[in-house]
Amino acid sequence: MATVELRFSALPEHVRTARLVAAAVARRAGVDESVLDEVRLAVGEACSRAVGLHQRGGIGGAVRVALTDQEKRFLIEVEDEAGPAAVPASGAAAGADPDEDTLGLAVITGLVEDLEVTNGAGGGLIRMSWPVSADAVAV
Amino acid sequence: MDLSLSTRSVGDRTVVEVGGEIDVYTAPKLREQLVELVNDGKYHLVVDMEGVDFLDSTGLGVLVGGLKRVRAHEGSLRLVCNQERILKIFRITGLTKVFPIHTSVDDAVSATD
Repeated sequence: MATVELRFSALPEHVRTARLVAAAVARRAGVDESVLDEVRLAVGEACSRAVGLHQRGGIGGAVRVALTDQEKRFLIEVEDEAGPAAVPASGAAAGADPDEDTLGLAVITGLVEDLEVTNGAGGGLIRMSWPVSADAVAV
Repeated sequence: MDLSLSTRSVGDRTVVEVGGEIDVYTAPKLREQLVELVNDGKYHLVVDMEGVDFLDSTGLGVLVGGLKRVRAHEGSLRLVCNQERILKIFRITGLTKVFPIHTSVDDAVSATD
């Protein structure tokens, strides 16, 4: 079971909340302070991408963020309900600048060493993890 | 924290001072600002990012979009940034090769190449 799990309506205004919660839980789990910025950014990118998939597909639903404190790794899963693989953007969401999705994945790929991006019938799943320092003491 | 935007003219350049967080929620405001400036005939922009606490790919996309818009008018879009965590995002995505990045507004405003 996840240490902390968060589900939010697939709307841009909630992505910041997901970033803040993920960073707070990661800090408590013992993820190194120097890596927290990366965690915050990677979670934000994964959630933004999920929200974008929902919006471009015109699909409601929720984004699920599961934060799991494993023994030596801190695991984050971001799951969307936007259906199978990316639906081709219909008119690329009013005024959207090009390449946002590509850039988002480029940022995540550049930041996270342990990364897995998969897609099922219900939607996509991004799994990423970071090491937890052995001498971490939860405060 | 929300996004704050203010603009001022320095010679033929327009400096856009950005503060706060640029993400999927706030980036559309920055996009509107850049589009508005270009529509007003301001084609030489300097985006001062020293007050930015957070930037993600949505923000990068907006900056790339802004660059395309000013270039269509033979303009320029320069960035001012000294923050390592923000610069890192430009490096990861290869955008350091696309944007001229300066260490101060003065430097960006006087740059000509």
